[in-house]
Amino acid sequence: MAEIRVENAVKTFGKVVAVDDVSLTVHDQEFVVLLGPSGCGKTTLLRAIAGLGMVDSGRVMIGDRDVTYLPPKDRNISMVFQSYAIFPHMKVYENIAFGLKMKRASKEEITQRVKAASELLHIEDFLDRYPSQLSGGQRQRVAVARAIAVRSQVLLMDEPLSNLDALLRLEMRAELKRLLAEINATTIYVTHDQIEALSMGDRIAVMKTGRILQFDSPTKVYDMPADQFVGGFIGTPPMNFLQGQVRRENGAVQVYIGDFGLKPIPEMEPLLRSYDGEVIVVGIRAENMEALSQPAEDALPVMVLVVEPLGSQNLLTIKIGDDVIKVSTHPDFTVAPDQNIWIRFPSEKIRWIDRRSGKTLIPNLEELMA
Amino acid sequence: MTTVEERQALPQPTRARVLDPAQRRALRQMKLRRAGTYALAIGIAIWILLPIWLIGTMAFSPSDQVYAYPKPVVPVPFSTETMQFFLEYEGIMAATQNSIVVALVTLALSTVIAVPAGYAISRYIFPGRDAFRLGVLAVRAFPIVILAVPLAVTFIQWGMYDEVYTVALMHTALTLPTTILVVSSVFASVPREFEEAARIFGCTPVQAFMRVVLPLVLPGIAAAAIFTFVMSWNEVFAATLLTIRNRTLPALILYTLNKSSIQFQYAGGFFMLVPSLVFIFFIRRYLFNMWGQITK
Ligand SMILES: Nc1ncnc2c1ncn2[C@@H]1O[C@H](COP(=O)(O)OP(=O)(O)O)[C@@H](O)[C@H]1O
Ligand SMILES: [Mg+2]
Repeated sequence: MAEIRVENAVKTFGKVVAVDDVSLTVHDQEFVVLLGPSGCGKTTLLRAIAGLGMVDSGRVMIGDRDVTYLPPKDRNISMVFQSYAIFPHMKVYENIAFGLKMKRASKEEITQRVKAASELLHIEDFLDRYPSQLSGGQRQRVAVARAIAVRSQVLLMDEPLSNLDALLRLEMRAELKRLLAEINATTIYVTHDQIEALSMGDRIAVMKTGRILQFDSPTKVYDMPADQFVGGFIGTPPMNFLQGQVRRENGAVQVYIGDFGLKPIPEMEPLLRSYDGEVIVVGIRAENMEALSQPAEDALPVMVLVVEPLGSQNLLTIKIGDDVIKVSTHPDFTVAPDQNIWIRFPSEKIRWIDRRSGKTLIPNLEELMA
Repeated sequence: MTTVEERQALPQPTRARVLDPAQRRALRQMKLRRAGTYALAIGIAIWILLPIWLIGTMAFSPSDQVYAYPKPVVPVPFSTETMQFFLEYEGIMAATQNSIVVALVTLALSTVIAVPAGYAISRYIFPGRDAFRLGVLAVRAFPIVILAVPLAVTFIQWGMYDEVYTVALMHTALTLPTTILVVSSVFASVPREFEEAARIFGCTPVQAFMRVVLPLVLPGIAAAAIFTFVMSWNEVFAATLLTIRNRTLPALILYTLNKSSIQFQYAGGFFMLVPSLVFIFFIRRYLFNMWGQITK
């Protein structure tokens, strides 16, 4: 059992609050991704869990132990560094064996585990080489092999793929996912690459300026971002945001984009009612809108600015009022710039966001059921 | 060989570059600039190598060759007569021994002090770190003469003079700033992550240093130590101020300079020069590194 629990962790560097009162629970054997833009405090949080940088206040628990003030070696963890940090004066074999040697494992056990780890990562042919004789991708594999050879219950990874070229990264992503499913360690994986996060994690913790904004499954984070930042950070292209005007007419709530009215789903109505007469942010993903070449009563006429054929889809850039948004269409949907098309907004796919707080309005389902 | 006629008869090679005037001008300028760089480098090399070559050939020529002109490129006829005379001269062997002892003690003291100091500067942020670094640099900024005089006066006031150990202490004080800077740059070249990885995989901070950092910095520290040795071996000013009977080699040579023959001076110069040249040759990579040029 190795649940990781971080409670109210705070870490500052001078005036910079790198980790700002973060609480986070990672279940036993779960794979959690810490995702956020560069400088948001992911590494700092990971290092606090690893014991490489103590928190100023708060608590770190691994399993049932309070490890807040324990040195790394007593935390029963292993780690893959962004720069790999494999030891240049040791051969690959010695690198992988390092953790086991420090734990005074028996000779046979070391040999056997190094063999197993190197086979898992397909580096069994390089055991006799020095790191300088390896390619970047192979070094990365050595770093992972060293980390899994010790079989600790907690595995921490800090942007392990960010130094690989795009193709290799794609390949390693799938391989790492398979491998991590196999070894059953509780894993925290740091990345700034949202696609990596979506494709690998059981859950994603999205961070911004030292805080966790949302901690949910990849589907939930993608489909129901907790706030505007999350929606805008995740997805290619990111979520579109439009200005809407809330108006109450004959008891029903409508949100107007220009003079085109959007009708929210009934569950949203009670929440939106309080915004009567105010501006609200309408969030919708590019693939959730429907583009029509003919006018329709429930569709908004817009003008196309740019057409990007991407093979599996055509990505259109269109202008609505002052907002520029992206719409993805079927590759057979033919349209030229400056042409008029019509856009349909399915109400169940629209996310309503408070303009001031940036938070997504989420209906309280229990209240609705009652 | 193709004659001019034959060459004209040959068809134009297809890869021949036809340059327009602007390109040709740019190319010429580039070549000129490159030629300038090379000329400068060659000039500097000659300026340094010529005296070394002169000292070397003269030290191994028979004594009557010294006034000969033009000088031979290599010492022919070869003779060790001058060198032998120098080495057998009274006091030279004792002074050499003094110099070696001074240089070794300096090397030991300054390495023992510079390693922890350099490590701290490169790894830790501590109160007064910048002031300390500035202090180290400022000491380097003064010529040795300026530093040596007050130090020597203090040593003499304390009655610590005419001893090889006093000279060693003085040399330690004078070389320490440079040694600390070199050592800290050696430590800075070992990423902190190596230590951190070692700690993750079961090391205490001390074990991490011993198992991971030390093997990686050892060649660099050896280079710094050798550099210190050479600085002490060559240092003449402070050694002259502090010693009368127990002179180091440079001090003795300087003392005998205006009483000795020119052959003797060549031999002495050569004898002083060789260890420095040999050592610098072996550690040149680290000296380049010190100035930020990363050589692999
Ligand atoms: N050792 C440090 N000293 C000073 N500031 C630091 C240090 N480490 C991190 N920071 C600051 O803390 C913030 C978070 O950094 P980090 O955790 O490395 O972000 P991330 O890994 O998400 O890119 C940044 O503003 C960074 O400048
Ligand atoms: Mg980072």
